[in-house]
This record gives sequence, structure tokens and C-alpha cells, in this order.
Amino acid sequence: MTRMTPTAPMLLFVALLLVLFSSPLPVAAGEATEPGVYAARRVVKLYGAGGIRGLEAYQTGILVSPTGHIVTALSTTLDSEAIDCVLDDGRRYSARLLGADLTRELAVLEIDGENLPCFSLSTTAPRAAVGSRVLALSNLFGVAVGDERVSLQHGVIAACVPLRARRGAHEAAYRGDVYILDCTTNNPGSPGGCLTDWQGRLLGMLGKELRADPSGIWLSYALPADELARGYEQVLSGKPPATQRGTTADDYDPRLLGLQLVPDLLDQTPAYIETTLPESAAATASLEPDDLVVAVGDRTINSQRGLRQELARLLPGDPVRLSLIRSGAIVTVDLGPLPARPEPDPSEEPQ
Amino acid sequence: MPRLTACRCWPVALLLVVVVQLGQPAGLAAAETTAVTPEPAASVSVDLVLEAEQQRTATIAAASKAAVAIFAGAAGGGSGVLISPDGYALTNFHVVQPAGIAMQCGLNDGRLYDAVLVGLDPTGDLAMIKLLGRDDFPAAQLADSDQVSIGDECFVIGNPFLLATDLRPSVSAGVVSGVHRYQFPAGTILEYADCLQVDAAINPGNSGGGLFDASGRLIGINGRASFEKRGRINVGVGYAISANQVRNFLGVLKGGRLADHATLGATVATSFDGRVVVSDILESSDAWRRGLRIDDEVVALAGRPIRSVNAFKNVLGTLPAGWQVPLTYRREGRPTEIVIELAGVHTTAMLADIISGGRGKPTPPGKPGEQPEPPPNPLAPEPKDLPEAIRPLYEPRLGFTNFYFNRVELERVTKLIAARSGRGADQPVADQPDARRSAWTFRGRLEQGGSFEIELADQAASISLPTGVSRWEPVAAEAGLAAEAGFDASPPGSGGMLAALTLWRQLLLDGAAGSGRMIYWGQQPLAGSASELVDVLELTTGAGRARFQVASSGMVVAVDFLLSPTAEPCELQFRFAADSSSERPTALIVHHAGREFATFLIAEASP
Repeated sequence: MTRMTPTAPMLLFVALLLVLFSSPLPVAAGEATEPGVYAARRVVKLYGAGGIRGLEAYQTGILVSPTGHIVTALSTTLDSEAIDCVLDDGRRYSARLLGADLTRELAVLEIDGENLPCFSLSTTAPRAAVGSRVLALSNLFGVAVGDERVSLQHGVIAACVPLRARRGAHEAAYRGDVYILDCTTNNPGSPGGCLTDWQGRLLGMLGKELRADPSGIWLSYALPADELARGYEQVLSGKPPATQRGTTADDYDPRLLGLQLVPDLLDQTPAYIETTLPESAAATASLEPDDLVVAVGDRTINSQRGLRQELARLLPGDPVRLSLIRSGAIVTVDLGPLPARPEPDPSEEPQ
Repeated sequence: MPRLTACRCWPVALLLVVVVQLGQPAGLAAAETTAVTPEPAASVSVDLVLEAEQQRTATIAAASKAAVAIFAGAAGGGSGVLISPDGYALTNFHVVQPAGIAMQCGLNDGRLYDAVLVGLDPTGDLAMIKLLGRDDFPAAQLADSDQVSIGDECFVIGNPFLLATDLRPSVSAGVVSGVHRYQFPAGTILEYADCLQVDAAINPGNSGGGLFDASGRLIGINGRASFEKRGRINVGVGYAISANQVRNFLGVLKGGRLADHATLGATVATSFDGRVVVSDILESSDAWRRGLRIDDEVVALAGRPIRSVNAFKNVLGTLPAGWQVPLTYRREGRPTEIVIELAGVHTTAMLADIISGGRGKPTPPGKPGEQPEPPPNPLAPEPKDLPEAIRPLYEPRLGFTNFYFNRVELERVTKLIAARSGRGADQPVADQPDARRSAWTFRGRLEQGGSFEIELADQAASISLPTGVSRWEPVAAEAGLAAEAGFDASPPGSGGMLAALTLWRQLLLDGAAGSGRMIYWGQQPLAGSASELVDVLELTTGAGRARFQVASSGMVVAVDFLLSPTAEPCELQFRFAADSSSERPTALIVHHAGREFATFLIAEASP
């Protein structure tokens, strides 16, 4: 929460800018039709793998280049050799998976198109203010097929906050800001849908079917367009995905203790030690490769993220005691006082 | 999604199922710090907003008056909407099915009214009821739902969760999410074809209530929602039966019938190149008789283009059984238009079984809005079980929901005809002057060349054509002698033109009191018109079955005659002088077996 405070004046400023520079439309019946149709033409219906146990074989995508680049939510639906893509006018394409941003859980697909209607991610609108009216378009429940138009919903941005969400054992990797919506966009087929303002400008991408953690409420949220643009750029530039999933500024980096863990590739990657950094607390305490960290003090952990979060609960100088499983036996080691975190580089402040 | 393969074995990890308590508060709490409300840019827009808001509340207040809260005791309840000042209201089949013949309905004025079930359409999930006790009920106006588009503002007014215990309806607002949606039926019933999708909340109990546009006109009947992991509460996805589908069924519902939906007798599929082609067809179907075959591409149906299988189902799903609609198909690049009569999806017995709850129990996957367990058979009660106010307004009959209302409609239309033909509506047949019973004669020439003379009398009819003279006798026909004598279809090639004309004369002279059994059949598009609906009376006699199209002026404009259920019909269309008040036509066009038989230009008629 304290992290949000500095951005509040910025958002206020952005909101004022929006008010000053957008021409207000008169409130009249049917005003959502024009932006709705504009946006719907830039949204595609995607069909892939699934159809069992609540995992749908369909979702939504957003066209972001006239030559057929599509951003969508990274999901099991895309885990298929053949991803079908149907445009607003009913044209059907085979889509290829170009890559994925595992942190933002977004994927970039490509179809062989030309002169397609699209949104631009190179100049995304500033963050929308809380209270802004929005439109959400998606292939919800798969009700639209062929040339039938995706569904339009309306709502209001209820909050813009860091995402803490999960579905069962799957914990959302992305922990940055999302728009929380007051309309129900958490429906089968909605992931990857588009969120626009009432002028039809892209504000974000509808998120996955997740529950808020820890309240358990099904969350209707959208990834803001600036994050969408960053993720899209990252995939196109071919940068490897971040190895630490879902790290936030609040987590404590175990490398400060000299713990180099195995690559964190899964939602629940176990906290296996790959190696210890030379002349570190971990090296001094004789931690070994393949040791599995299972508790910090008296609090158990079941993943690398858990370890980072438990370490973050300690204050600098607190004694660090880890429980490990080594060759089938539980071993307890003391690593001495927790080192303070380094000062953050001011150039890496959130934008 | 690229599969991530674990590079080493982590057996212990699989055993560790430990819930981690997060050290962070729920993210939502941070919302306050970013709450920013933009100030309106100018006072002008504030006025516009206030004006729009006032308009909105006024519209909702007006529309709410027509909202009906239906209570069926332990069986549940739902919503409805009044569509005429004399109390006819629409609701869902799945709302009245548990409620039965009699129900109590609350209006926004805070009063309860007795209501009686009038008509049912189980396939389309529609029902008509009539509220009793007033002739000045506030009524909603049916709009043209094809004019509705995505993004339009809309309101749902009804009785969600049966909250309206003070009888005042709940209102939810939203936008139209999609149009021309298709929602699969549960078995053969509760199909939502060509329906409207809205994000205004439709919850259990809203079923049967009205969906209104921004100006308060009725664009649909709410009845269904997509539910999933959260249980039976709205998730921003609700569906309404379109007002245009409702309009197609108003006649058959008002006539107390048990409505059935149309089938083409053929199935379609999408071909590899995206065309909609006939994948199977019954050789007994009218479409087959008119020339439709497997692999023909269906281009248009009932005046609407067909570009997907859904579009085909959408069009078909909004049409009542028995309607005649144009169909355009393409074979080897050449388009052909035919007119086909659509058969019913169900038999009368199947429908009776459905409404009695035998098979009609609305169950998933349809998941309609409201589905309490129906009692054994509320739709066939003992008259003594009905409230006193309802008893005289209910008459059971196989194939009908409530035959009492068929009498009401039949009387309305025959009065129209009588008024038109100059016969006093309340005059019994026996009181008619003898002159009325004299033979009717028509003389003139055929458009195809040559002259004709037709004589119609009580005991016999005859026609003189260039090809010869034909006679037809109703007595012989009823005794079944006609087929033996070989002149039942006389004149030859017409399919029974003389029989059709004789029954037409009987209708004009005797109304419903002539021989045979007459019912009010419903409404159908006027022959040769796509939009105007006219009343249809059906007369079944030993000679065959005739359907009469009656315009709102009381003019009988067309007759459809069938000698037997499997025969090709004889179709008569009458033409009248534009300024004439006479009931006598100036021309008669006769079709049979999809071809024109003759056009009779009438020069002289008597009496």
C-alpha cells in the first residue's frame, strides 16, 4: 500500500489530462455502439486445446498489428499445435505462437493477415483513472461463432492495484498493477479480451479466470495497456523470459544470503539449492547443492516464492534459521543475521 | 503454451502441500489511494447528463408499470410483462409450467390480480397469460428487435429472486452485448434462437420479464443466462427472446393453442469452403417436394441471408410450424427461390407430454433462468381445483393450452368477417334471408386465355373452363365417395379448387357455424408479404382442411386447401379492387404443387 502512495498524484494528473484533452461525448442512448463495434473488429475468437475440467478450448485475442500480431492471455488453450483464429468478419486463420511473457502471462500469436484492423501498442493511452467507464469485449462462453460478433459488457474501473490471484494451485505469476472491474469479466472464454474506454481506445487485456488471494472471490481484472505493450515488446525482441516468476519489490532475494536456487520455472518451484555463492552466509553454513529449503524459522514454505516471501517478513539483522531436507533427513542450519537489502536504483522506479 | 519440463526429479515437492500465508494484505485495499473522480469538463455536459438521467428515470417509471410479478406459491414464480390494455401478458413457459393454469400476478400499483394461462410455446420458452379485472392495464409496446444493435442501452425489469414481495419490480440496467445469438435447446425445447444478449443482470426470477430499450419499448422477454462456476447468479451474460420472435407467435399463443416450432425437414452443415449446405433431407418434407436436395447451398431463408449454421438455426428457431417462407438455394452456381411450408418439430402428443412435465422439465445443459421442480401435472387440473374467477375461462382440449381463448379469437375474427360481408355478426345463420343461400356465380376470362364460369352453391359447385366442365359435391366428398369418383381435386390439376371455394363461401355465409370444425389457427405472413401478419382460421371437414387468411379489415384474402395430409395444397389468393368495399374479389389466383394453375379475372359476379 505504501508503494501506491507516490503514484496517486501521478494518476490524478493523468486523470486531469484525460479530462482536458478528451472531447466529452454527450450521454445518449446507444453511445456504446460505435466504440463497441470499433473495438469488436479488433478482437478475435481463438480456439485451441481444452474442453475438459473447466479448462475451456476457446478464448479471446486482440489484434495489435495490421499484419496479424495478436496478444492474448497465456493459457492451456494455446497448448495446441493448431490454434484457430476467427476474425470479426468470420475469416478463419491458423495462428502460430510467437512467444510468451511468463511474468505477465501473455502470449503473442501471429496469423497471415494484411491490412487487418488493429489496436496500436506503440502509443498506449495513459492509465485510466479509477471510476472510468469502460467497455469489455470478449468471446465469453463461446456464444459467438463464425462472423458473429464477440460480446460487449460495460463497467467501471473499481481499482488499480497489484494482482494477488490464484486458481487452485496455480498462482498468478504477474504481481504488478491491474485494473479491477465492477463488471463480471471472469467468464469462460473472456481471457485475452479487450478493455477500452468509451471512445474505443485500448486500455488493457482481460485477465484469466482467477480468484483473489486470499479472499477467494473470482476476480474480474485487466492487464493495463502499458504492461501489455511491454510484454508484447519483450516477446517480439526475443528476450528470454524472466527466470524468477512473480518477483515483486517486496520479496527478499535469497542471493543476499548466498543462496542460488534452481531456475524458478513453475508456479510452485521447490526451493532446491543450485549452488552457494562464495564467501556468503550460505557458504559459511555449509549449505549444499540439492538441499531443499522447507522452512524459514518455524514457518514452512513449499516454493521458491514462499522462501522469498518468508525472508521478506524478517527485518534486517534478524537471525535466519533454515530447515532443509538433505538425503531424506531434516537438517536445521543458522545463517546468522539477515543482510539489509541494497538501496534500489532510482532509474528502476515504476513508471 | 510452451511446455516446461522439469530438469530434475522433485519427489519431495509433490508431498509438500502447504498453504503459505501471505504476508501482504489483499490488493483491493489499496484502491482508496488511487481513487480519482474526474470533474466534468463543462457545465453544458452536466446539464446533458442531468437531462439524460431524468429521461432515463421517466422511461423506467413508465416501463415498470407494465411489469408483472408472478407468484405460484411453493412452485416458485417469476416475471411477466403486459402487452395489451385488456390484460394479455407474456412470460416464459418455464415460469408458468410449475404455476399451472391459475396464478396470481402483482403489478407496480401494489395490487394483486388473478391471471389465467392462455397459450404456451414450450420450444421457444414462451407463454401468454391474461390478467383479469381491468380493461385499462398499462401495456408495453413491442419494438422491432432487428433494429437493436450491440452497445444499445437496455433495462431489465422484473422479479429477480422473487424479491418483489411489495409487487414493485426490480430494475437492472446495461448494454446489449450481442444480437442474433443462438443458445442450444434442452432436448427439443427451450431453444433460444436469434435472441438478444445483455449485460443487464438477469437472475433467477427475472425469467419472463421484459427487456426494454432506452425509450422504454419492449425488445425482448428475458429468460436465460449463462451460469457457470459461481452457481445460479448473473455473471453479466443474459439472454432474451427477441420481440420479433414473440410477434411471430402472438397469434398462436393468444388463440390458446400449444405452439410448435418449425423444421425444414432438412439439416445443414458448413462445407469445407465455408458454405452452408444441405447435409440431409427428408423425402417427405415440403422442401424436398419443392426441389431442395443434399449438397444444395442454402443462401437465404425467410428473407434473411444464411452465412452460418447458427444463422440458419436462428431464422428457423423464430418461426412457427405451418408458416410458408421463401428459401433460396444455389446449385452449380445457379440460385433458385422456392416457397416451402414448414413442418412442426413435435407431434401434438409430444407437446402435450412436454407441458405436463413428462419431458419438459427444463434441465441442463439449457440452464434456463428458473427451474423449480414442477408438481405432477399442474397444466391439467380438475376444474374444481381452480379459483372461481378462473373456472369459466379455462377449457382443456388436446393440442390446446386453453381452448376457451381459441373460442374468443375465433369469435373475434368471424365477427370481423361478418361485419365485412354485411351480415350482422349477432344474426344466427337461420335468420339469414333465403337470398343468401342462393348460388354464387363468377364469370370472366382467364389470364392465360379463354373464358370461365364458376358456380358455388350449398349442394354442389361447378366450373366451366376451356378444357371442360368439372363438378364437386360436398356431400359426396364428406362421404368419401369423391376420391372414388375421381373428382375430389376438381378441376383437374388444381388440387381441389372447387372444394376450397365452397368452404370459402361457407365461411363468408355461416362463419364458424357451418359444417366441419373451425379453430383459430394463429397468424401468418400475408401471402406475398414478408412482414404483415394476418389472422388464420382453420376449418377441418370430411372434404379436407382449409386455412383462411383474414386481413384486419375482415377480408378473406387467401385460402389454403388440403385434400389429405399428404396432398399438395391448392392455394387461392383473392385480389380486390383498391377502393372497393365489396367482399367480392376482382381476381382469383390459384396455385398447386408449386406452380400457378390459373389466374381468373372476374368480370361479373352475382349475387
